[in-house]
Amino acid sequence: MSKPKVAFFDFACCEGCQLQMANFGEVLLDILNLVDIVTFREVMSEKSEIYDIAIIEGSITTAHDTERIKNIRAKAKVVIAYGSCATIGGINGMKNKFDLEEIKKYVYRDGAKQIETLPTRAVHQVVKVDYFINCCPVYPPEILKVLKCVIAGIPYAVPDYAVCVECKLNENVCMYDKGITCLGPVTKAGCNSWCINNGNICYGCRGMVTNPAKNGQLDILARHKIPLDWITNKLDMYNKPRELDEQK
Amino acid sequence: MNKSRNVKVNVEYLTRVEGHGNIVVNVKDGKLEDCRLDIIEPPRFFEGMLRGRSIFEAQHITSRICGICACGHSLASIQAGEDALGFVASEQTIRLRKLLLHQEILDSHILHIYLLAAPDLLGVKSFVPLIDTHNKVVRRALRMKKNCNNICDILVGRHVHPISAIVGGFTKLPKEKDLDTMLDILKSMQPDMDATIELLATLKFPDFQRPTEYVALVNDTDEYPLLSGEIGSTDGLKLNKKDYLKLTNEFMVPLSSAKHTKASRSSYMVGALARLNLNFNKLNLKAKKAADLLQFKPVCTNPYLNTVAQAIESVHCLEESITLIEHFKANGLKQEEAIVVGLNEKGTIPVRAGKGVGAVEVPRGILFHDYEIDKDGKIINANCIIPTGQNLGNVEDDMRKLVPEILDKSDEEITLMMEMLVRAYDPCISCSTHFLDVKFTNR
Ligand code: SF4
Ligand code: SF4
Ligand code: SF4
Repeated sequence: MSKPKVAFFDFACCEGCQLQMANFGEVLLDILNLVDIVTFREVMSEKSEIYDIAIIEGSITTAHDTERIKNIRAKAKVVIAYGSCATIGGINGMKNKFDLEEIKKYVYRDGAKQIETLPTRAVHQVVKVDYFINCCPVYPPEILKVLKCVIAGIPYAVPDYAVCVECKLNENVCMYDKGITCLGPVTKAGCNSWCINNGNICYGCRGMVTNPAKNGQLDILARHKIPLDWITNKLDMYNKPRELDEQK
Repeated sequence: MNKSRNVKVNVEYLTRVEGHGNIVVNVKDGKLEDCRLDIIEPPRFFEGMLRGRSIFEAQHITSRICGICACGHSLASIQAGEDALGFVASEQTIRLRKLLLHQEILDSHILHIYLLAAPDLLGVKSFVPLIDTHNKVVRRALRMKKNCNNICDILVGRHVHPISAIVGGFTKLPKEKDLDTMLDILKSMQPDMDATIELLATLKFPDFQRPTEYVALVNDTDEYPLLSGEIGSTDGLKLNKKDYLKLTNEFMVPLSSAKHTKASRSSYMVGALARLNLNFNKLNLKAKKAADLLQFKPVCTNPYLNTVAQAIESVHCLEESITLIEHFKANGLKQEEAIVVGLNEKGTIPVRAGKGVGAVEVPRGILFHDYEIDKDGKIINANCIIPTGQNLGNVEDDMRKLVPEILDKSDEEITLMMEMLVRAYDPCISCSTHFLDVKFTNR
């Protein structure tokens, strides 16, 4: 069997998720044995219009990009949304809180006229997505897990329970016990509670669990008398574009 | 012959740069009519989005301006935040931040030298064919990259978007055994660094000279200034960081989503070459030896040699990192300085209304973050000025001088020389949109 052809595409993003590939070190050469990378603008001048797997980094924020992603979808057999910008809109979504004309003028002043922008959308809000790799940036062990599923042709289920589950396994002292708010109780696990292990709080970068009442760790919030609303409000740093799903 | 020459270069989606841009060159009847670097990255509005957020979230958010210099943005953001709050970081914290910044510069320079610039110099389109032809070199590059990454994992949780570096200090501090591990990794990198300098000594860079104004942080001490200092230039400019707007004078150019800047001349240059041109004498001995080997002397006016300047700085950063860790090993790290702040729910850090500026030398040059906060620590105004944005005008001025000098070459050669020029600046376009493809129109 010939190696699947993989193409990377970036939209509105910081390119940190692409960089996570280079951060594999020599393991990257093993990955390159399994797949054929045909387009990767950040590190390659070669490009190809023929690919099987499209890995999409970034959110969709312009009319031009909306067309671009539709074209990619039409050509690719498999589309992977790669990183929070692509899976949930991520940090770019904070913009949706503002009036677009106002925020354009604030940042570009007289130059605002030449800037075009749409509300931030996650990739699945524009085209069908086959695999989701959450996190900001993507978590290397999960990249490998998903790539294996893609190559084997089997689905990958993103964990839909709270970060707290992993956090407790890692025996961290809960932030709430230190008087600090943490989004772990309503955020999808899968990062092995990355931030809390390093002494910081969870910012909700992997997206919100689908049914907080069932999949969240609301007992922690209840114990500390924190209303769920208050927490979901804070989720806007990464999760603002979820409103576009709800509108559908 | 040149008189009748028409050249049209139109490189869309310039590759091997971080971010998206177009190069447009139009020569008609041997006359340069148009020469531009257009930035077509979708704008992301960071400064606008920061409004209303807590100053204690600014590092987390602005780190995401750029995945390649996430630690640099974090450090500039933290500096601006602490300046606004009137918070003074401990000596230990400052040293740890210096270690982080040295690793960031080292990591980014290695990525640029090997994966983004070297393929041009070796005559291939990317590092991929090098896997077969130069396997040892590719492995060395990936190994060095991974090593920097591993250090950042230990120091701040991860390299892309550091976790533990925050306003106030660090949420987690390296333990004794972590110091040992970091030191082992750094020492293991020394032979790879020697090999990197040897490799660069064999590469031939295009010969092109254009003096310009070089801008970087300067100071009155013996230390090579990276984390702090005043703004200085080779045209004699000297400014307090708070007055950065006098330097940058941002202005928009048509067709581009990036802002341009100018100081004493029509444009200025920031980055490794600018830093060496201003602060060469402050490099450590090993870095100066590397400069000798690479026959680099300041003031150097060939922008293609920015890659060489990066290699020299890499040596400097590696050696300084070792010195910093040895200091921690000898003096111990006060673990009790680790702090948990979150959104400052506990009032761990006193909050006041104020304004603050961060000015940090990140891999691509001097980076400014500027915040204004209210009495509750909410951000009212924010401004970020990115190195690549500052370099755009200078790149275009280089292109304008270069194109007429190389008109006797083929379209392909001209395109490559232009792409290489832009890549030498190591432009980070995601950053400067608040920024790159080559369009030759009608040659
Ligand atoms: S998800 Fe985060 S790390 Fe990845 S591209 Fe977006 S901002 Fe960058
Ligand atoms: S709330 Fe945060 S700190 Fe507490 S268990 Fe959940 S993830 Fe861990
Ligand atoms: S702990 Fe939370 S913010 Fe951190 S990586 Fe995991 S999901 Fe994202």
